[in-house]
Amino acid sequence: MLASFMAWIEQRLPFMDAMNKHALQYPAPKNFNFWYVFGILASVVLVNQILTGVWLTMNYEPSGEGAFASVEYIMRDVDYGWLLRYMHSTGASAFFIVVYLHMFRGVMYGSYQKPRELLWIFGMFIYLVLMAEAFMGYLLPWGNMSYWGAQVIISLFGAIPVIGEELTIWIKGDYVISGATLNRFFALHVIALPLVLIVLVFLHILALHEVGSNNPDGSDIKKPKGSVKPEELSKFTFHEQYTKKYDIVDAIPFHPYYTVKDLVAVVIFLILFSCVMFFNPEGGGYFLEGPNFTPANGLKTPEHIAPVWYFGPFYTVLRVIPDKLMGMVGMFAAIGVLFALPWFDRGIVRSFRYRSKLHLLNLSQFAICFVLLGVLGTLPASELANLAGRIATFGYFGFFVALWIYSKDEKTKPVPDRVTG
Amino acid sequence: MKKFILVLLAIVPLFAIASGSSLHLDKADNDLTDKESLKKGFESYLNYCLGCHQLQYQRYNRTFADLGIDEAEGVEKWMPTGDKVGGHILNTMPAKDAAAWFGSTPPDLTLEARFRSPDYIYTYLRSFYIDENRPFGVNNKVFPDVGMPHVLQGLQGVRTMDEHGVLSEAKGGSMTEEEYDTFARDLTNFLEYTGEPSKLQRESLGYWVIGFLFILLIFTYLLKKEYWRDVH
Repeated sequence: MLASFMAWIEQRLPFMDAMNKHALQYPAPKNFNFWYVFGILASVVLVNQILTGVWLTMNYEPSGEGAFASVEYIMRDVDYGWLLRYMHSTGASAFFIVVYLHMFRGVMYGSYQKPRELLWIFGMFIYLVLMAEAFMGYLLPWGNMSYWGAQVIISLFGAIPVIGEELTIWIKGDYVISGATLNRFFALHVIALPLVLIVLVFLHILALHEVGSNNPDGSDIKKPKGSVKPEELSKFTFHEQYTKKYDIVDAIPFHPYYTVKDLVAVVIFLILFSCVMFFNPEGGGYFLEGPNFTPANGLKTPEHIAPVWYFGPFYTVLRVIPDKLMGMVGMFAAIGVLFALPWFDRGIVRSFRYRSKLHLLNLSQFAICFVLLGVLGTLPASELANLAGRIATFGYFGFFVALWIYSKDEKTKPVPDRVTG
Repeated sequence: MKKFILVLLAIVPLFAIASGSSLHLDKADNDLTDKESLKKGFESYLNYCLGCHQLQYQRYNRTFADLGIDEAEGVEKWMPTGDKVGGHILNTMPAKDAAAWFGSTPPDLTLEARFRSPDYIYTYLRSFYIDENRPFGVNNKVFPDVGMPHVLQGLQGVRTMDEHGVLSEAKGGSMTEEEYDTFARDLTNFLEYTGEPSKLQRESLGYWVIGFLFILLIFTYLLKKEYWRDVH
């Protein structure tokens, strides 16, 4: 009965075939390490944000008069409303933590290199939309830091010659940030951007499954058809879409092997997440900022306006460049260069394990500069901070330039034909 | 891999720079589980603060329930304004008049402990001193040029500040210094409570959730080990 029903479905929509292609018979390299869990964790957080977001929306009031009070209503009068709110606010920061680690994994192991350029680009678009999503979401509690943070970022567009001033009014829907701004940010935050995000995530995964996962060695697990001795082939069954064209080695089906492994990672992540959410939901003032517990007030500027921590790196780039317009150009360039990373790297060896000492050095200084930029972004401006910020900005952009130069004739080590470990 | 972790560890001290604060605050050392202290703080708030500072997000009946006050008794004893028991803790001072009297409307204090910190409130309450240049004759060390008078002067007495910023008593009030500190601590405790009434519930639920996750971790780890036998 059930079998014939499933067959009936299968003829009309190849559901089992898709499951096989993308999970049960999807060949994943067997040597994934710790760095490979962050993609799954990002999906877990995405689901968390969507679900808690739906329930928050049921009690949130998107208006200048009611927004702040409605958040307090959720925190006090809605059953477990505080839990929903903290899951959502902690989730926002957690999203960026896992996404930054996920991206750095890609940089370390050269996962952006041919043939995964498009996969990388989709990922970068996800990151871009995520930043817009977080920025707009941050205005919704209508706290004073929400208000002034948005004020600072939107006013940046005013630096664009000729159209700048008009553009900021167009974004705000008013001459100042007001209920009109709040309403449009709400619409974008709960409908437009999440839709775009889900489509992009879907494309990201499709593109990944088309070219296959990279791994910490950067060796290919798909060998030309007929080049591998039968006894060396992976002993598991893979979908014919993959085996038709290639001989597959060192691979295991994504399900159940990586689903059970990722489950462990998800539980560990949830433990860390819970430690923050239940015992320090303010994240030491970085996840929820103190001034955001007073309502938005256009006449009262917080002592020290800092964007939320995850915008820190780009905010520092903006701040240390003296000219406002150039600062904005620098900030967008800092994101733009990441898009172009697959073309800055002219090497063919993917993983830093088999690349030059110079590359390891460059990669390390890039990581340090990025973290330093992030830390500086949350600090008040000072001369020392400005100097450090300029050095870190130089290091950040320098990573790409240096990579472009040395990657052409880089002295690399031989990449093992088969994955290690 | 190990090198990366070392490098990341090397930048951790940078975060220490991020957490420096210029203002010295005394430790409030208040205890949210101390219901007697919360009740005293609630009573003091009604007597000394509510006239000007509302708690517009905090309800009477929630406060009664959380502080262990019987509702009927609470209505009789703790609701001076005769509002509904499910209503918010409001005052009747018109905001416009208040702004004219004090220079700005006295802020709502429901979330003050989250906006500043409990330590800030505790220190603030104990940092008023004589300053003849101010409209009400007093100033505050942690909130320079504060707009409010020292409402608790009758209890604490009068203090002066010397050129080093040290406060000393000029004239005693009806409380000893120790009594006044306890008074300030109870009030701080109550305001930390109103800032997040579900805080204790949040923390106690946290232990259960994390405990459950640790048990789940054992089983997911064993499951992973079992499956990966085929791979190794």
